[in-house]
Amino acid sequence: MSEILVLVEQVEGEVKKVTLELLTLARSLGTPAAVWLGPGITADAKAKLAEYGAEKIYVGGSEELVQYVVAPKAEALAQLVADKSPAAVLVAATAEGKEIAGRLAVKTDSGVITDAVGLGEGFVADQSIFGGGVNVRAKVRRGTPIVAVRPNSTAPAPSAGAGAEEEISVTLSEAAKATRVVERVKQEKGARPELTEAAIVVSGGRGVGSAENFSVIEGLADALGAAVGASRAATDAGWYPHQFQVGQTGKTVSPQLYIAAGISGAIQHRAGMQTAKTIVAINKDPEAPIFELADYGVVGDLHQVVPQLTEEIKNRK
Amino acid sequence: MNIVVCVKQVPDTATERKLRSDDKTLDRDAADGVVNELDEYAVEEALKLKEAHGGEVTVLTMGPGKATETIRKALAMGADKAVHLSDDALHGSDALSTSYAMAQVLKKIGFDLVILGSESTDARTGVLAAMLAERLGAAQLTLANKVEVEGTSIRVQRITDYGFDKVEAALPAVVSVVEKINEPRYPSFKGIMAAKKKPVETLAIGDASIDAGQVGLDAAWSEVVDFAAAPPRAAGTIVKDEGDGGANAADFLASKKFI
Repeated sequence: MSEILVLVEQVEGEVKKVTLELLTLARSLGTPAAVWLGPGITADAKAKLAEYGAEKIYVGGSEELVQYVVAPKAEALAQLVADKSPAAVLVAATAEGKEIAGRLAVKTDSGVITDAVGLGEGFVADQSIFGGGVNVRAKVRRGTPIVAVRPNSTAPAPSAGAGAEEEISVTLSEAAKATRVVERVKQEKGARPELTEAAIVVSGGRGVGSAENFSVIEGLADALGAAVGASRAATDAGWYPHQFQVGQTGKTVSPQLYIAAGISGAIQHRAGMQTAKTIVAINKDPEAPIFELADYGVVGDLHQVVPQLTEEIKNRK
Repeated sequence: MNIVVCVKQVPDTATERKLRSDDKTLDRDAADGVVNELDEYAVEEALKLKEAHGGEVTVLTMGPGKATETIRKALAMGADKAVHLSDDALHGSDALSTSYAMAQVLKKIGFDLVILGSESTDARTGVLAAMLAERLGAAQLTLANKVEVEGTSIRVQRITDYGFDKVEAALPAVVSVVEKINEPRYPSFKGIMAAKKKPVETLAIGDASIDAGQVGLDAAWSEVVDFAAAPPRAAGTIVKDEGDGGANAADFLASKKFI
């Protein structure tokens, strides 16, 4: 079976869950080969990639690959595509992952599919568009299929691969070094999982009422080991930082469980969470459109319901 | 500074959006066309940079005839002139062909800075700015929530999953902006009247050296195999909180093995 390249996403040397999902997905369609770009690969990371099926691990360890915005990674992948002629290239459908995919597509004269929520035979991808209203199956018909897959599209399952390491040397063009990263600013989000990767997301909206009251949302999130999200109304009001906004002009999440508290469920919001597997809504307005999506809904004041739910969860653990 | 701001007309997200059953492309007649929301932030940022540094703001759009409404809106906000790439041969273009066609126009009209919204509300691919930078050989400073230009250098705060990166480059550059970078102005009455007199150049593909074999539905690098309306979600259980709503929700979560 031919090789499928999976671009590894990592945080401080630790392989992110979405990469394990992509390896799992790649196993069903070919032979997964992980591609690690940047310094700092560890024995643990290699073991993890192999555990989830990577037959090969291509390592481009140059510092230069992460010193400039996006272009170096696209260039490295393009060189690998030329050398290895893979059947497809999978990246995580994060903002940066999609940008890498876009540049790679131009470089390799290949089609690109973004925000796939599933991928099947012939690399036909499932997409959910128009705020979840329409399901599309799409495929690449020119070049090497490049597919950006949303986190949480597949349950990661281990199945050992050889994990044979191969160093790759990448020669960067001057054009790839056009935009330099001067400083990386990490904003504290505590121990919570990353929003787009989280298996559970708890989001608050207009009904939360104030920045201080978001502690209620955070309390529930922490009891569940979840990420915190916010609707546009809440970020517009300045109650919660914009990077946590879920929706059409914010992040798109696809978790196992999405809890919407004090969120009406306008299209702006639905476009960012409608592919969640299970949806729970808490809102005092029984007519709120969010209840049309909810698997379970509580019509009531979130300031009563959410703390009680948080307590119940703690008690039952 | 010669700033080109790319705008896109998209179907209003408040209306029901559809794909056409015949060629599986966006049904532009099914919904009202509006300016892609994030592009309004791009126009505002372009105008602010012009106000601070001088120069000219050109609006560029690719789309059918009715996309002129979108051009007029950007001109009414304060842009100086516009270029409208409009040709039936472009119908059905995917991101690769769109970026190719727009790059051809940008090479023809010239630029120091290209600004656009980080994604459109219809296709939501989020790849166009990166593709343009690649095709133009210009610096990519995307997902910006802050833009500073000084002479020929540009610095941007690029939002990331962990916060933001401070990145810098020399012009020419392609910048994409995120929501909340600014507060887009409303066109004034005077602006709306003035927009009617501002020059709008309409280009067909031949005018911008665009190869017909690289654009449109037949040339697209990707295709929609089939599509269907999403099946409605099964009706859920909705309960009224009688003082035990949280406990009830916990029961539900337990039944689904979340706790």
